[in-house]
Amino acid sequence: MFLGRVIGRVVCTRKAEGLEGVALQIVQRLDEAMHDLGTPFVACDTAQSGLGDVVFLEDGREGCYALPVFLVPVDAVILGHVEEVTVPDRGIAWREAR
Amino acid sequence: MLFARVVGTVWSTQKDEKLGAFKFLLLKQLDQKNQPVNAYVVAVDAVGAGVGEVVLYATGSSARQTKQTEGKPVDATIIAIVDSWDVDGEIVFRKDEAT
Repeated sequence: MFLGRVIGRVVCTRKAEGLEGVALQIVQRLDEAMHDLGTPFVACDTAQSGLGDVVFLEDGREGCYALPVFLVPVDAVILGHVEEVTVPDRGIAWREAR
Repeated sequence: MLFARVVGTVWSTQKDEKLGAFKFLLLKQLDQKNQPVNAYVVAVDAVGAGVGEVVLYATGSSARQTKQTEGKPVDATIIAIVDSWDVDGEIVFRKDEAT
């Protein structure tokens, strides 16, 4: 799994079978110091994420276990919302602004 | 998943027999700003996309996660036709405006 920030939303009325009602978000991958890493991509969302939320995700088809239907052609899934990240030996302590 | 525009079709009569009934589309990858990325992909179509449409596609083993592609040598499948998307609250693409 890895960290990401939700930067946008995608609306698609016609989707592959099994993806009905599943939200699609645009995500920017983050490193442990909350810096952007690589280029944005689209992920299914199981955590009702909002714009700017930091989340953790899974790529590959393992993420499909978190979706209502497993047999769906999905290669990235948001699994949860992140409130805090700490990496003591690197002096990293990030906390979600309330 | 990644954004792409369907730019063409790929016809092949001589191919692995497991790929028998598939419709292949040629995709030009787009970034989140709707700008072309220098990458083409041949993908199996699972939603009836047409040339010119903007789609989402999945890659790797996830592409085999449909009834049609399960157990087949496929690594890119179109999973949705995009109506619109926004980044940082700004609409970047809207199908009817074909931006």
